[in-house]
Amino acid sequence: MTDNPYVKLVKDGLWTNNQALVALLGLCPLLAVTNSAVNGLGLGIATTLVLTLSNGTVSLIRNLVRSEVRLPVFVLVIASFVTAVELSMNAWFHELYKILGIFIPLIVTNCAIIGRAEAYASKHSLGRSLLDGLAMGIGFTLVLVTLGALRELVGQGTLFDQAHLMFGEAAQGLRFSLGEDFKGMLMAILPPGAFIGLGFLIAIKNLIDKRLTRRQAATVREPLEQGTEAGTA
Amino acid sequence: MNKHPVMLSGLILALFAVAGTGLVAFTHLQTADRIAENERLALLRSLNALIPADSIDNDIISDNRLLDDPDRLGGDRIQVYLGRKQGQPVAAVFGSIVPDGYSGPMKLLVAVRIDGTLGGVRVVSHKETPGLGDKMELRKSDWILGFDNRSLNNPSLAGWGVKRDGGVFDQFTGATVTPRSIVKAVKNTLIYFREHGERLFEPPTDSLPKTAGLSGDHQQPAGNRGRE
Repeated sequence: MTDNPYVKLVKDGLWTNNQALVALLGLCPLLAVTNSAVNGLGLGIATTLVLTLSNGTVSLIRNLVRSEVRLPVFVLVIASFVTAVELSMNAWFHELYKILGIFIPLIVTNCAIIGRAEAYASKHSLGRSLLDGLAMGIGFTLVLVTLGALRELVGQGTLFDQAHLMFGEAAQGLRFSLGEDFKGMLMAILPPGAFIGLGFLIAIKNLIDKRLTRRQAATVREPLEQGTEAGTA
Repeated sequence: MNKHPVMLSGLILALFAVAGTGLVAFTHLQTADRIAENERLALLRSLNALIPADSIDNDIISDNRLLDDPDRLGGDRIQVYLGRKQGQPVAAVFGSIVPDGYSGPMKLLVAVRIDGTLGGVRVVSHKETPGLGDKMELRKSDWILGFDNRSLNNPSLAGWGVKRDGGVFDQFTGATVTPRSIVKAVKNTLIYFREHGERLFEPPTDSLPKTAGLSGDHQQPAGNRGRE
């Protein structure tokens, strides 16, 4: 099923090698920003953009850059893109920019980005590197949004609050509320909520993985056993 | 070239430094005007929420000066925006600072009309505890609207406190320090205005005590700063 390298890339990015749930990279922005779904989505999109751009660029220059200076060059590339994305966000998504504020420059320090540049993009073709960046970025974004939604729902009793900061006034309708009576569980919004929430997400992922392998093992074993019976007969 | 790998590496690094800086410079040029305009509009929006746009006709953002009175306004270099209509003073919006919030200073916008009544108060940035001390945010509760149209005569000075201290303003459930400090800062701003109010609108002279004079730089407009 995963013979196609492109399918495998997407699957790795979204699930098998998810940067947030498996590699546990980029935890600083992940934990800091996810107190609402919209914040998570905003940082996720910015990270995905930077990751795809940097992977593409690193792949293009991979034969040009001598190995002694490749890390400084990668850092330069990433930092330039992050600054460009930050300025663009300030210009076109000003309200959201004010909320995400200091976390946008922190994308530079997101180990997932330099990690993908070094581990993948510097060794693979442009197309594959772009897809890898996109898939890893989307995988990271999904975790950000899920964790943000979870914390927002538990801590504040709303979902997609302030979505209009991102999508314009029309998105006001996206907002979902559990009702004014729900006061929220404060801890979910505070930093401990981020760690506990992430822990739950990782546990759920591992649980699903374990189920899958068990089921796979069961389906593989049956024909095998039949085969050995036939052999001994 | 191959004999000098260090030189070659340095050259490559330099090339990328130039290219990266070029990209940032280009983006900056493309966005700088828009960002400045965004910040101006955001500030104007928050000022207009306190002083209706049709009650003034001057460019209130550039009609500002810096004040220096840590006792009344919470700090030195406090920005005040002056609203006028046909040259006559209408209101002043102070960027007062609440020095003694529960988790550090808070920034306010306090609009005082020329007759000494409040056009309104907004908290521009704060680090108070989410869920407990953040009910002064307008999107969480309308507590902050309780300041509208108040003045030093309404209530009298003794009433300028939270109910627990015998004043007229509500405290928050589980958080008294935050509203108490805001009420005190608003009261002090009103006192400052009573003492210096009309002279603010005159061109700065030496007669105005502790005044840093005119300045063009704007403080951060309203909205949440990054929340940690």
